[in-house]
This record gives sequence, structure tokens and C-alpha cells, in this order.
Amino acid sequence: MGAPRPIRARLAVTLATFGALAALSCLLAPLVGSTPINLARVFDRSIPFADNVDAQIFFVARMPRVLAAALVGSTLAAAGVVFQAMLRNPLATPFTLGISAGASLGAMLAIVFGAAAVFGPLSAVPAASLAGAAIASAVVYRLATLPGRAMSTSVLLLAGVTLNSFFSALIMFVQYIADFAQVYRAIRWVMGDLDVGGFQPLVAVLPLVAIAFVLFAYLPSSLNLLSVGADAAATRGVDVARTQRLAFVSASMATAAAVALAGPIGFIGIIVPHLVRLMVGVDHRIVLPASALFGAAFLIGCDLIARTVLAPIEVPVGVVTAMLGGPFFLWLLIRKG
Amino acid sequence: MAAHTKRLIVGLIALATCGATLYGLRDVVHAQAPVRRIVSLVPAVTEMLFAIGAGPQVAAVSSYDDFPPETAKLPRVGALLDPDVERILSLRPDLVISYGSQTDLQSQMARAGIAVVSYRHAGLAGLFDTLQRLGPAAGRTTEAERLTRDLRAHLDRVRTAVAGRPRPKTLLVFDRDRATLRGLYVSGGRGFLHEILEIAGGENIFADIEREAVQPSQEMLLARAPEAIIEIRATGLVPATEPAGDARNPWAALASIPAVRNRRIHVLNGDHLVVPGPRIGRAAEDLARALHSEAFR
Repeated sequence: MGAPRPIRARLAVTLATFGALAALSCLLAPLVGSTPINLARVFDRSIPFADNVDAQIFFVARMPRVLAAALVGSTLAAAGVVFQAMLRNPLATPFTLGISAGASLGAMLAIVFGAAAVFGPLSAVPAASLAGAAIASAVVYRLATLPGRAMSTSVLLLAGVTLNSFFSALIMFVQYIADFAQVYRAIRWVMGDLDVGGFQPLVAVLPLVAIAFVLFAYLPSSLNLLSVGADAAATRGVDVARTQRLAFVSASMATAAAVALAGPIGFIGIIVPHLVRLMVGVDHRIVLPASALFGAAFLIGCDLIARTVLAPIEVPVGVVTAMLGGPFFLWLLIRKG
Repeated sequence: MAAHTKRLIVGLIALATCGATLYGLRDVVHAQAPVRRIVSLVPAVTEMLFAIGAGPQVAAVSSYDDFPPETAKLPRVGALLDPDVERILSLRPDLVISYGSQTDLQSQMARAGIAVVSYRHAGLAGLFDTLQRLGPAAGRTTEAERLTRDLRAHLDRVRTAVAGRPRPKTLLVFDRDRATLRGLYVSGGRGFLHEILEIAGGENIFADIEREAVQPSQEMLLARAPEAIIEIRATGLVPATEPAGDARNPWAALASIPAVRNRRIHVLNGDHLVVPGPRIGRAAEDLARALHSEAFR
């Protein structure tokens, strides 16, 4: 590890730059949309809110949507960084360990069986997706931490990949016995959707995201050592098992919250960490917060494209992240190589 | 979920995925004699067959058929994705009515020497075209012509009843998630739902989008500011079980929409609203009664 001062200075510069980018995206994105709105009218208190179309578009349609993009983008990007470091695998994503497959199965069951229950601020589909994610991560965790063994990343990976396939099979079965309309809705859910239509869905997942980010704050130094290797980390005084547990639990919570809010939006969790590493290096003390901020800006940008490029029709945001992220990532790889 | 809804959605998916030009019944059967044993995998066509008096000739229906009630007694031979070829062959039909996308089934039937027609949704024109072709094929030409006339007359009566009245800008919702406005599916500017809405004296706010189904964002709903909202609740469509008059009326969040402010949100129940079949006149009339109740006093 480098001396404290340079890292602190670099951290400050990076956070300032990426923070400004994220903040700017949050401020500017709500100004743009499929419909032109008059900003003066948006903030005109003399018009009753219920009659003010511009204000409603701004506060009911766009703001929650931009904030949802920020929340989901930063959460998935940060979770991606943590999973890649913990599993020591650059191809790991927040969805590698079966959490999103569990969430998808939960959501799909809620859609197909028309669950109507509302759990506090959570409606049926997000609640079921959270439950599915919780079950999937519990199973993976249990398998990887069988008594008398250290937590093994290879067991984690294998269990995750297996669980992914298993849940996919269940999802296919549920889709096969379900009706077309429901299958179509379920497929649409998988494409991701940030049009949350109010702040309530955001508030509902916020506690989970907040806890995950507090736990993330304890991780970066240990992750730096862990990414070299478990044995090397242990000789440098890292409690490897504890770090892995913490990383798994926090990143799983973050992933579950993001997927419950907006569906499994792909690519963010792998592309943003790699882009950020190409820009700021590999030190997790910088990569983790920078990825969270850049992820927010990136997803806000993708959703802006999703809601304007074909207006009045929308493109599912997951399609945009993949179509934009893939080629850009390849270009960066070639350029760097 | 009701067969009708499925049919509708199948149509929507077909449109969304292949964007093909739609035909009612292609490949007309030039049968020398009227067919005696028909297997219909398309519920809308089943309904037409019964409506023109060809019910006794229907030997089997799809697993989604539930109208008219007589279909309950008929054998089921699968549906769009899982047609039971062996079962169909064992019933020795002389005509099989399939969806346009069931190409495997069509070639299997052709190999077995069984006439097969393919059906695609194509709005009202397609419905009348299908009726026109079904009549001679089933030996019920007169009945098919009479049904066509009656249906056109019914639609004309609806058109006349609302003629000259102000046409409210209308949002026609046929599916959404419960208790929220997410997963909204509404009628675009194509397909029979759009057509009957226009006949019923409503101005579809998404008429400019050349698709059957549109998934509007909250912003789009606010910007298009519908003066009336019609929510169709067919069996199995999710809002059907949402308590009417729910205190958590999800529309309340979009208070600037005139329809919300003026409480012009009409909930219509019934599977006939989503079937491009012989009950389309009733569907158009229901929409017209919701939008122009004073015209029907």
C-alpha cells in the first residue's frame, strides 16, 4: 500500500471528479425528456401542483426515475467491484452468484400467480424478488461455508453458476406453464425498467442499500490484499473469512435491492468497474467509491437515451446498457492493448 | 387468464416480433365440399364458427377456448406453443385452423393431407375478411354474410349514436401491474382495440404510434393528458382482481391528467372486450356507453 497522503489526495481528486459527474447527471437529466417542459412553470408555486403538468412531469415522472437510475447504477457498480475482488475473477458480476436468478424467479412467480399482497412500502413483485434473492444468497452462502471448511471462492462460484442454471430452469418451467401475457410481462421485467412512478419504491429499498454501502466502507483495504490472494492476505493480517463474509453479504444485499427496484439491468456491474479501473487504477479504496459514482452517472445517461431516442416509444434500459456498454468496453480494451 | 386475453397478447407478440402484414385467413380452402370436421386452435375463429352455425362441425378446440360455453365439451388439442399433433391427427379433421406462426404444425398437417389455414390478427378488416372466407369453407356462406351485415350494422349504430359529440382524448389500458402504474400496456394506433375505440367516439391518445400495444412512461401519460381513461378488465388480466374504488388508486399520483381530475376513469369488465370476434359490436358499444353515456339514454 502506498503512503497515506498520496492516496488521500488521489481519492479527493477522484471523488470530486466522479462526484461532480454524478451530481451533474442528477441535475441535468430531469431537464431532458420526451416532452419539452417549461422550467419556470415547474417551480411556479402559484399554480396548484395538481394542475401543473410541467411540475408533475418533473417531480412525478422524471425525478424519481433519475434518482432510481442513480441508486441502481451506483449499487450495481459497487456490488460488481466487490464481487470481482472477492471472487478474484474479473468476469464476476452482481448476477454471477445466482442472486438475480433467484430474484427473477421470485418476481416471475409473483407475476404469474398474480400475487396482490403488499408488504409495507413494497408491492408484490419487488417483495417477491427480494425474497427470491434472499433465498438464493442464503443457499449459496450456506454451501460455501459448510462447517469445518473455510469459505471457498471456487465453491461460491460453482454454487452460484449451478444455482443460476437451476433457477433458470425453474423460470423456464414457470414461463412454460404460464400465460402469454404473463410471460411477456415477466420478460419485460427482466429487461429492466426505471420508470418507478414516484419516490415510494425508492424509499422502500433505501434501507437495504444504505446498510450495504456502510458495509462497503469497511472493505476496500482488505479487498486490495484479498485480490492478490487469500494466503497473501492472511499473512498480511487480513481476516480472510470475515472479509469474504462481509463482502458477500453486503454485495448481495446491494444487488437484491437494485434488482427489486428496477429488474436485473445487465452490464452495469461488470462494465463500470472495468471502465473505472482503466481510468483510476486498481486500488479499491478509489475504485469502489469511484465506481459507485460513475455507475450512477452511467445508468442515468443510459436511461436518458432509453426514454428519448425512440420517443414516444421507450427502449428497455437493459437493452441500452448492453448495446452501449459492450462496444465501448471493447473499444477501450483494444485502445489500451 | 382468459383465452381472449391470450389471443390478444399472442397477436401483440406476433406483431412485435415479426411485424408481418396481417391477414385474416390466408390460403383459402377451395374445398369441393364443405368441411365436416374442423380443429380450431384459434379461439377467435372458434367463436366465429359457432356464430355462423358451424359449431357442430367443430371437432376440437385449443386449450384456451372458453366461449361459447359449448366449447367446454369439446376435446382440447393444445394451443399456440404446444399443439398436440397426434391428438389432432387422431381426430381425423378435414380442416385445421392454426396461427400464422405455427409453421411446423402446418407442414405436418400438409404431409398428412389435411387442409390447414393460418390466421393472424389484423384488426376489424381482418375479422371481416376471416368471416368472409370461413363461410364458404364451412358451407355457411349465408350465415357468415348475415353475421357480417349484423356486425357492421351494430358498429354503424354505435358510430351514429356518438356522431357529432366531442371526442374525448382517451387512454385505453388493457393491462398493468396491480396497485401501481407500472407494467402498463395500452392500445396504440393499430389493431381492433384502437379501431373500436375510434368507432366508440374516443380519440386514442396513442393513435400516432403504429403498434397494437404501447408501454407508455409516466411522463408520456402526463404529457398526452387523456381526458378519459378506459381500463379493460378481462378475466386474468391483472387489474381484474384489483378492488374497484381502491383507496390506493394508483392514478391519483398523476393528478394533472384531466381524466384523473374529472374522475373520468371507466373500468369495463368482460372478455368480449378483448376478442376480435363476433362480440366486437358489443365491445364497441360498451366503450361508447362509457365515453358518451348521455348518447344512450
